[in-house]
Amino acid sequence: MKHDLIILGGGPAGLAAAIAAYDAGLRDILIVERDKELGGILNQCIHNGFGLHTFKEELTGPEYAARFIDGVKARNIPYVLNTMALHVSSDKRVTLMNRTDGVQTVAAGAIVLAMGCRERSRGALNIPGYRPAGIYSAGTAQRLVNIEGYMPGREVVILGSGDIGLIMARRLTLEGAKVKVVAELMPYSGGLKRNIVQCLDDYGIPLKLSHTVVDIRGRKRVEGVTIAAVDERNRPIPGTEEDYDCDTLLLSCGLIPENELSREMGVSINPITNGPVVNESLETSIPGVFAAGNVLHVHDLVDFVSEEAAAAGAAAAAYVQAGCADVARREIPVSFEGGVRYTVPCSIDPAFVKDALTVRFRVGGVMKNRIVSVLLDGEQAVKKRRQIMAPGEMEEVRLTREMFDRHPDLREIRIKVEEA
Amino acid sequence: METVNLICIGCPMGCPMTVTLENGVVQSVSGNTCRRGDIYARKEVTAPTRIVTSTVRVTGSTTGAVTVPCKTASDIPKKDIFRCMEALAGVTVSAPIRLGQALVKNVASTGVDVVATKEIL
Repeated sequence: MKHDLIILGGGPAGLAAAIAAYDAGLRDILIVERDKELGGILNQCIHNGFGLHTFKEELTGPEYAARFIDGVKARNIPYVLNTMALHVSSDKRVTLMNRTDGVQTVAAGAIVLAMGCRERSRGALNIPGYRPAGIYSAGTAQRLVNIEGYMPGREVVILGSGDIGLIMARRLTLEGAKVKVVAELMPYSGGLKRNIVQCLDDYGIPLKLSHTVVDIRGRKRVEGVTIAAVDERNRPIPGTEEDYDCDTLLLSCGLIPENELSREMGVSINPITNGPVVNESLETSIPGVFAAGNVLHVHDLVDFVSEEAAAAGAAAAAYVQAGCADVARREIPVSFEGGVRYTVPCSIDPAFVKDALTVRFRVGGVMKNRIVSVLLDGEQAVKKRRQIMAPGEMEEVRLTREMFDRHPDLREIRIKVEEA
Repeated sequence: METVNLICIGCPMGCPMTVTLENGVVQSVSGNTCRRGDIYARKEVTAPTRIVTSTVRVTGSTTGAVTVPCKTASDIPKKDIFRCMEALAGVTVSAPIRLGQALVKNVASTGVDVVATKEIL
């Protein structure tokens, strides 16, 4: 069996990629989803704030997902649910498994990787103490409360100020739990400012920056945690320990793109993002394999996931329509300075930029009053002022066709952040 | 003249805004990048409101759903949030449920309905 395009993941990225590929003229598409419904993580994100960029209205996660699910269904784009992609080979053969068809291998002309990300677990955080019940990742607690209808606990401490942790601080408070404190290792929050305001400040929940959990008490169930301040090298400072009695500890300590399948097939991974290295078409190091959404780099806003995935879907369609042929292409690396940690894409071939290209990036620390520039062969093509830049907020610059046309022999693309 | 610094919660941009007030009357709003910011700032310093999102119990779903996500159809006064949650605590609705279907009318006497944010079959 063979499909022109297989999309791995039926969350926001996979749905937007499928719609864009269809609208670019591709018809033989298959979306593979491991859950029992389309929509991905949006199904458990019942809070509002989604879609302002895309739809100019404020939607909840399920409502935002419904727009795209309806779009997929209106186009009759095929999808399979309850189906796990077990393996993808470097020649784009996808091994799928589900209860009705068993294990089968399907060849693909092109693939869009849209598997999303996972939460960093307790094991990855090296928190000492016993392993009692009552320790959850924030997203697990979110699923339990919003979809399964269970309360994970009554007295809660949250480690990490990622957006899901902040959202869950409010959600558990509304459902009657007492959220005692949110501790954040870094001197700044990992979440969006608006979530600090509407999830913590609104409910008087304290946020302790530069603090971490140094002990978990309780053998069968969490009975309490000890929080301590950390120094500039993130080491706990003796004498600053505070005990909190609680029955639940939530962890919201970052997300990791889920790239086991990508690695197995031999896609190059960027060690900074933990996502594939991609060019301007969001194509990975394997021609015809594209990536978008949180599997590529962790986003703060689903709107940008949709936008990015639509670009990947359109690029995948173009690849198939060009006969899946490997073409010679330039790879002008995107270099950066001034606190930028990474960019997506990592390289650009101007010949493949249609009207415009969005380059997304993150900075490594909180910076005020900056100028973001894009230099094409040393000449300033983009200049924008930013009042505040933070690691928790993704930045973007837009490069237009016109800018590239002014530099036909372009050799260097550089993103620079400097003091205003 | 009194100034209040706010962070807009209208969208994830989180614009830092400054509101100036004279005897409780808003004189100016700055720092916002869209009209929503202006509206939010004026409301926030006089009569703050929020959209409340939650879930209620579901019976009879053919897909096995036990909850349906919901929201207040528009923002309600901040002080009424917990009364709204109490009103939702005992509610059970039976499937099928349409997206946008009113689940609780005039929740906690706010004049606002709580509506389903997902279709449940």
